[in-house]
Amino acid sequence: MSEPLALSGAPDEPSPTRGVRTFPTAAASLGRRRAFTEAMAAWTLAGPAVCFLLVLFFLPVIGVFVIALTDWQFGARTLSFVGLANFREVFADDGFRTSLLNTVIYVLIVVPGTLIPGLLIALLIESGKSCRSFYRAIHFLPFMATLTAMAIAWEALLHPTIGLVNQTLAAIGLPTANWLRDENTALPVLAVIGVWQNLGYAMVLFLAGLKSIPQDLYDAADVDGADLWLDQLRTVTLPMLGPVSMFIVIVIALRAFEAFDTIQILTQGGPGHASEVLLYTLYRESFVYLRTGYGAAVAVVFLAIVVTLTLVQARLMDRKVHYQ
Amino acid sequence: MSANTHSHRLLPPAAILRQAVLLVTGALILVPFVWMVSLSIKPPGEIFRTSFSFWPAQFYGVENYTRALTQAPLPRYMGNGLIVCAMILALQIFVCAPCAYALAKLRFPGRDLLFGMVLIGLLLPHQVLSLPLFILAYQLGILNTYAALIFPYVVSPFGIFLFRQFFKTIPDDVVHAARLDGLSEIAIVWKIMVPMALPAVIAFSIFSVVGHWNDLFWPLIAVRDQSLMPPPLGIMAFKNEEAGNDYGPLMAASTLVVVPLVIAFLAAQRWFVEGLTGGAVK
Amino acid sequence: MASVLIDGIDKNYGPTSVLRGVSLSIADGEFLTLLGPSGCGKSTLLRILAGLEVQDAGSISIGERAVDGRRPKRRDVAMVFQSYALYPHMTVASNMALPLRMSRLSAFQRLPLLGHLLPGTARTAAEIEVEVTRTAKSLGIGHLMARKPGQLSGGQRQRVAVGRAMVRHPAVFLMDEPLSNLDAKLRVQMRAEIKELHQRLGVTFVYVTHDQAEAMTLSDRVAVMLDGELLQVDPPQDIYADPDDRRVAEFIGSPKINMLEGVVRERGLIDLAGSTLTIEADALPGAPLTLGIRPEAFYLVDYGGPGALTGSVRMIEHMGSDLFVHLDLAGLDHPLIARLLAERAPHIVPGQTLHVGVRPDRVLLFAGDGRRLRRKVESGRASVTPIREIAR
Repeated sequence: MSEPLALSGAPDEPSPTRGVRTFPTAAASLGRRRAFTEAMAAWTLAGPAVCFLLVLFFLPVIGVFVIALTDWQFGARTLSFVGLANFREVFADDGFRTSLLNTVIYVLIVVPGTLIPGLLIALLIESGKSCRSFYRAIHFLPFMATLTAMAIAWEALLHPTIGLVNQTLAAIGLPTANWLRDENTALPVLAVIGVWQNLGYAMVLFLAGLKSIPQDLYDAADVDGADLWLDQLRTVTLPMLGPVSMFIVIVIALRAFEAFDTIQILTQGGPGHASEVLLYTLYRESFVYLRTGYGAAVAVVFLAIVVTLTLVQARLMDRKVHYQ
Repeated sequence: MSANTHSHRLLPPAAILRQAVLLVTGALILVPFVWMVSLSIKPPGEIFRTSFSFWPAQFYGVENYTRALTQAPLPRYMGNGLIVCAMILALQIFVCAPCAYALAKLRFPGRDLLFGMVLIGLLLPHQVLSLPLFILAYQLGILNTYAALIFPYVVSPFGIFLFRQFFKTIPDDVVHAARLDGLSEIAIVWKIMVPMALPAVIAFSIFSVVGHWNDLFWPLIAVRDQSLMPPPLGIMAFKNEEAGNDYGPLMAASTLVVVPLVIAFLAAQRWFVEGLTGGAVK
Repeated sequence: MASVLIDGIDKNYGPTSVLRGVSLSIADGEFLTLLGPSGCGKSTLLRILAGLEVQDAGSISIGERAVDGRRPKRRDVAMVFQSYALYPHMTVASNMALPLRMSRLSAFQRLPLLGHLLPGTARTAAEIEVEVTRTAKSLGIGHLMARKPGQLSGGQRQRVAVGRAMVRHPAVFLMDEPLSNLDAKLRVQMRAEIKELHQRLGVTFVYVTHDQAEAMTLSDRVAVMLDGELLQVDPPQDIYADPDDRRVAEFIGSPKINMLEGVVRERGLIDLAGSTLTIEADALPGAPLTLGIRPEAFYLVDYGGPGALTGSVRMIEHMGSDLFVHLDLAGLDHPLIARLLAERAPHIVPGQTLHVGVRPDRVLLFAGDGRRLRRKVESGRASVTPIREIAR
């Protein structure tokens, strides 16, 4: 890549007046200058991005860790290091432990709840030729619709007296509930909304995975006698989807960990702490109660979980190569 | 040539079953949308009368939508959303493209370190950074302004990463030729690389605009004035004011917030799917 | 063991017609190659044979039984794919065992874990393993059984693909460009192995390729296809020396056959490119026709005149033992290519005027519609005035 620079600069190259022997040195110093010019250009181009990355990403991350180790309160003029006191407080807090447990339950409902139907719908869409993009569009719609607004629509659906859900249940003689105000149902109902929102995303990722399976493999399976839908599913489709499925698990899990909008709009963590999840705790402690150190400690825990999951995903992506 | 012959054998009953199942799941998925629109055109009396009908006996859409647009400053919210999303996107492309070009096509000491920084940035969930960013905005005195809504997103590690991947697929010879034609490095970025990477730019634009139009978390922290609220925050404020009693206008407002993206999505479905999943697949 | 009968096959993809009225009979144990440029429909025909695609009209019989509408596994065929289509998540052993497992084990016996408990599963599985191992050894891949396709070289994958086809002892082997993903050296080696395999197994092979050399070296007969039509089915030497159609003559042979426009002057004489050749043609005087002359049908003569063509040398390509001389002839818009023995044409330089004679018995005549005009063989007398050759 340094070559064209050397080429473009060729006309103003100093002529080797003192004989051939000095030329290599001149060329070498020229090369160094070119490399320097290129490095300068690169850092100039990358400069703004580097500055913003440092100020908006790296400084804040360090900040979170530092705040988590101090007793600083927002607006206070003094601070002192308290070591891991904030973390001890966080983990001793029943509220936080409930929140962590809720988050895990939420993720454990959303991930399989999204993945299995997502895969089935993707398989169904791929198994025929008609209306593919129509079905894809319908199922993908919730993923890009503004969740805050859709949460309000869900609230109307789940309304204890006038909601469609309870009306339907009552009409067919099933028990109704005050879904969002009942501590047994609030979290699972939020998870259902999470499934509803992410289903299309998983479906699209599975569709991409299905598309990347070579047609030849299905042909070979036909000739080899594995020509029934179920046989092909077992021989070709599912094994070929294996790596991408693991990846989708992580992607959906990460999204589930970051659930916030529906909780803020629909339950605000209630009733009691029944639907409080990690990100909501982070928000409330940091910005509503202004318990800065505590909030930062929650942020560190949240970060640890997300980073772990992402690293697992990166490992899985590496392992995927062995099928090639 | 023979796309998906494995499906050509789908017998008529199986094909009908496929359509039936997909129609049912699709209908279930659409229920919240349908219910939202249905309530938005019903008068209060009908909303609180328990009934299954989608279409109201008395069409009340005009009243509800008028109230959504006048009672709450909904046009203002949408305008805020537009301004914020446009500013974020413009700044992101402006900051990310040159950096991505340097990472993709130039050789310089510290390149791997810089790319490592981008990857780490990619890994950090933005919510974790909210507390220090809030403090930073407070120190800068920009809380409760447009600047507060925009500044955390000026640089997007995903943008740098996506553009870098795309720029890498552009042959080096194109860059060499441009240099020989006398273009400066910055001119190469804007006149050669970005136009050639248009698909990546579109995908990233959709990713960015959808993300920031829908974002509730950061606006909730950064602004308090109604006149600055983007749609999700605005509609939340509207809901809290109404205390859930006046469903018609609230549903009308929700519909209006959702509609722009839904229309854009239906018009450019493929681009949306690519833009919103591209990051995950690649 | 089975013959194959292809009868009047049509195939369309929407408005585009891919195969038109293709009929072909393949003898039991024959090695038949479908040869043609890409997009000529040869792969589609093979896929119809395999049952992977359904024809719009016509019928396929294998072993004298119609197999139309029968699924691939019921046709007693095996196929080797261009991409090999090995299952990447299975070991070589499992890849090769799959066709046998599918045909010999019931759906319940194939269930993971549970299947092993069913009566007979273990015995059948052991039999399959023995057969697979035997086949693998015969192909020289016995030591690779535990590997996955991703860990194999191109040639090894190719052998596994062949092995997977072999284990079933099919009556017909279908091969779709099986060598095109290999490098040139390996391709020649695998070509020999496929030929050997055919001789060893003695079953019918239908082989698709766009590579003339493969078709010529492997086949008992070559079927040349172009634009969805079968042009000629003959042994390789006849395809080359005695083509039925102008398009066949032009497709086969490298460098390409020279096509010269000529007019019949009178019986036994044809005018072309400012010269007159003494060639018997079954056409009326004044009729236009096309002469196909292969580069090696030319020889050097020392003067121009009747029976010889005169041109100026545009370019010379040295091929070692031979020279390809490109000659510009008056009235011809593209050069004529003559293949001359290097030792007999030592001093040719570009720009030089050169006279070449033509072996009349090697001239192929084509009518305006591309059909071959065969000359009546006149016994005893060559219908040609001899011309002195320089070096003879």
